[in-house]
Amino acid sequence: MSARNRELFGLIPASLLVTAGFAGVFIQRSNALSNVSLIYGAIFLGLCLAGHVFIRVTLPHADPYMFPLVALLASFGIVMVYRIDATLARQQAQWFVLGLVLFAVTIVAFRDYRKLERYRYTIVVVSLGLLLLPRLPGIGYQANGAYLGVRIPGLFVFQPTEFAKIGLVVFLASYLRDTRQVLVIGARRILGVTIPPIKHFGPVIVIWGIAMLILLVLHDIGSSLMFYGGLLAVLYVATGRVSFVVVGILAFAVGAWYLGAHIQHVNARVEAWLHPFDPKLYSAPLGSYQLANSIFAQAAGGMFGQGFGQAVLTLPNGGPLLPAPQTDMIYAVITDELGLFGAAAVLLTYLLFVARGFKTALLARDSFSTLMATGLTAVFALQVFVIVGGVTRVIPLTGVTLPFISYGGSSIVANFVLLALLLLVSDRARKPA
Amino acid sequence: MNKPIIRLFGVIVVLFALLIGWTSRWTVFDAKSLDNNPLNVRTLIDELKIKRGRIFADDGTVLARSVSAAGGTWGRTYPTSSLFSQPVGYSNLAAGSAAGLELYRGPELRGIQTGLSAIFGQVNGSQRVGDDVYTSLDPKAQEMARQELDGRAGSVVALDPQTGAVKVMYANPTYDDNRPDAPCSRPGCRFNRSTQASYPPGSTFKVVTATAAIDSGKYMPTSIVNGRSPVMISGVPLSNDNNQDFGPIDLTTALTYSVNTVWAQVGESLGRATMTRYMRRFGFYSKPPLDYPPNELNTSRPYSSTGRPYPPASPNEDIGRIAIGQGGLLVTPLQMAMVASAVANGGKLMEPRLTARVVDPDGRNVETIKPIVQSQVMKPSTAQAVAQMMKKVVDEGTGTPAQLGGIPFAGKTGTASIGVAGSDLTQPWFIGFAPIQNPKIAIAVTVEQTQGGFGGTVAAPIAKAVVQTLLSEGQ
Repeated sequence: MSARNRELFGLIPASLLVTAGFAGVFIQRSNALSNVSLIYGAIFLGLCLAGHVFIRVTLPHADPYMFPLVALLASFGIVMVYRIDATLARQQAQWFVLGLVLFAVTIVAFRDYRKLERYRYTIVVVSLGLLLLPRLPGIGYQANGAYLGVRIPGLFVFQPTEFAKIGLVVFLASYLRDTRQVLVIGARRILGVTIPPIKHFGPVIVIWGIAMLILLVLHDIGSSLMFYGGLLAVLYVATGRVSFVVVGILAFAVGAWYLGAHIQHVNARVEAWLHPFDPKLYSAPLGSYQLANSIFAQAAGGMFGQGFGQAVLTLPNGGPLLPAPQTDMIYAVITDELGLFGAAAVLLTYLLFVARGFKTALLARDSFSTLMATGLTAVFALQVFVIVGGVTRVIPLTGVTLPFISYGGSSIVANFVLLALLLLVSDRARKPA
Repeated sequence: MNKPIIRLFGVIVVLFALLIGWTSRWTVFDAKSLDNNPLNVRTLIDELKIKRGRIFADDGTVLARSVSAAGGTWGRTYPTSSLFSQPVGYSNLAAGSAAGLELYRGPELRGIQTGLSAIFGQVNGSQRVGDDVYTSLDPKAQEMARQELDGRAGSVVALDPQTGAVKVMYANPTYDDNRPDAPCSRPGCRFNRSTQASYPPGSTFKVVTATAAIDSGKYMPTSIVNGRSPVMISGVPLSNDNNQDFGPIDLTTALTYSVNTVWAQVGESLGRATMTRYMRRFGFYSKPPLDYPPNELNTSRPYSSTGRPYPPASPNEDIGRIAIGQGGLLVTPLQMAMVASAVANGGKLMEPRLTARVVDPDGRNVETIKPIVQSQVMKPSTAQAVAQMMKKVVDEGTGTPAQLGGIPFAGKTGTASIGVAGSDLTQPWFIGFAPIQNPKIAIAVTVEQTQGGFGGTVAAPIAKAVVQTLLSEGQ
């Protein structure tokens, strides 16, 4: 079976899920199956099919599993968002359309994605600029103490970090393609550890600086961890040197520890993480209310969950029981309603996507492609880890989105661009010579 | 660059395994303790979303029902407010407190989910509606009890002696169960004196002594005992009221005029073992098996002067004075109603019950509470003999104010001295049942504190009014 036919069949699970999911929510809501649910499902599947046809025409050799996996995640996400708030689901569907458009534009504009290398300094400047945008007076805004978004009143709100992560990976992949040899050659070995000359620590210091900047400027441990981890992964793959990773992690730990103690918001997040059930912290502003209720929600889910639409999200007085259920907390809602099994299935779906991403990196024939695919996949995986880890209290909770599932236009659109780049690499790598 | 990529994937797999590990920690391993965490309001919200069933009086009067509140939750309202607040209690989910039937019948009122309904109830997510609880409480008689107590602290408990059904349970002071958190206008308003109080029963306890005396075969109603005054009981002189010397009299006369010295001597001659055996059969020394929260039920038994309960048949207790309702004996009005009830029902004590039946929202009977025999306290012949003695009390003795006209009424008065010696403070009592043949009502009435009032003059008229109300409804 050809790759594209496999992709087409791969869409069947997504189609079943979206139809069953909407039907489930409707039955739960009104005890009657409404035709609106079928319309929703049909439109959504139409979009997936359009995406598939587009890939068939433009990227015939690309990995056949990535797009169906994304369709599965996105369809699952739209059902969850719909169950939380029907209005948001309609907007989410619109973002999905825009995401597909940008997906197509990226594929058409960067058919030869290697020309991205030519613009690498433009890309890095724009990316760093994007990261700083939320601190610009007038348009930047703060949510729960972290500077995460840009708001142009009356027009739109967007989260520049979602796009900056792609730009920075592209830059680093391009930069390291040129310099990775230098980083390894000329290194000395001290006590069996490869220590490159100080001047070649440059890139490590730069990405460390970027991560600290994010922490300092945006007050956001989660994004910082995601960027730093992604970039460190690229550096590791480029050089093959564990010493970079060890030094990098130590440097991050020191920096994060120092800034964590000195930035009040970050400190509050760490305190909430350490003592979520402390009654004082629980009721404090910026305290542990959200995290504690995230854990309570998961406990309510148990092994198999309470069922679609059964999770309690609001207090009887209308106040939030689980704040931000459609974005940061969507994993807790999933666990509450579908249980450990549902949540594990979602994580395994992500892991399959990540596996395909790394597979693409392995198949790529030039180092820029390999490094870019590695970086994009690593950033994607770490984004999942950061938010799910925050919700499950593995690490302090910070607000990043769960890719393709959480509500949020920037997230959907940016991750479709990420998917487009991975498919571009994959198509070139798998093209018969 | 292949090896690092594969290693990197390995790291990601480990990280994701960590996520699944932590998720299982919350969903499975720690789930129970998290569900019970006091900060976790989910269980409470679930409960608030259940439409609890109603509680009814025996004539269909609604005593408690659910009213819709914010956010799809339900509140509770008690249309009869303070009249039935003690038996019905309250359910205040937000404050995590509940009392009375609302607490005891909580599972039924929430709707016990079993079998298929448990599964389908969850799948279709429909509104959970609890079962209705029908009680045997009688609003007219309850109202009469309140009227007759007239604000005085005290209690009225009336039972159906043949089934144990509680017809009246009223005590002052009371409270409005619509506002369970409001401060009491009089102290102890949420303390149900009918089931929780510790009162000296006074001479009403002589019914127990008389039962033990006759049923054990040691005495007959015609047995003669010297009613001189004073006599030495446990080495301390005991005298009759006004130090009156009755001389040798039979037991029927001794009960009719409530002669302390006679009954104290009878108690001593029966001994602790016999007295304790009969007290146990009447329900003393254990909480009454009422369908009511155990922490709102008190055990009736003798206590030492330091307030410690005597072990049953303790050699330290003054059994002669216990036999006349003194000697540290403390009882609940419910227990004394059970004493009257056992004599009324041919010696067979029925377990007291507030609930008659439980009915589901579709009107199907879920459970009918069947009468259960608590114990055979005495032989039917003993019961008949004691009943005749008690009839005399009302016909011509201390209980004449309870006379019901044509209906034969058996009773016993009590006037316990309370407060410091010589203070003239009394706690009047009356227990009894009617009609003597085929008894319908057994009753206990007490008024907590009067200035020199007697059981016959203070408590008996209250009992009469309540019994009259109940009997007139039966026709």
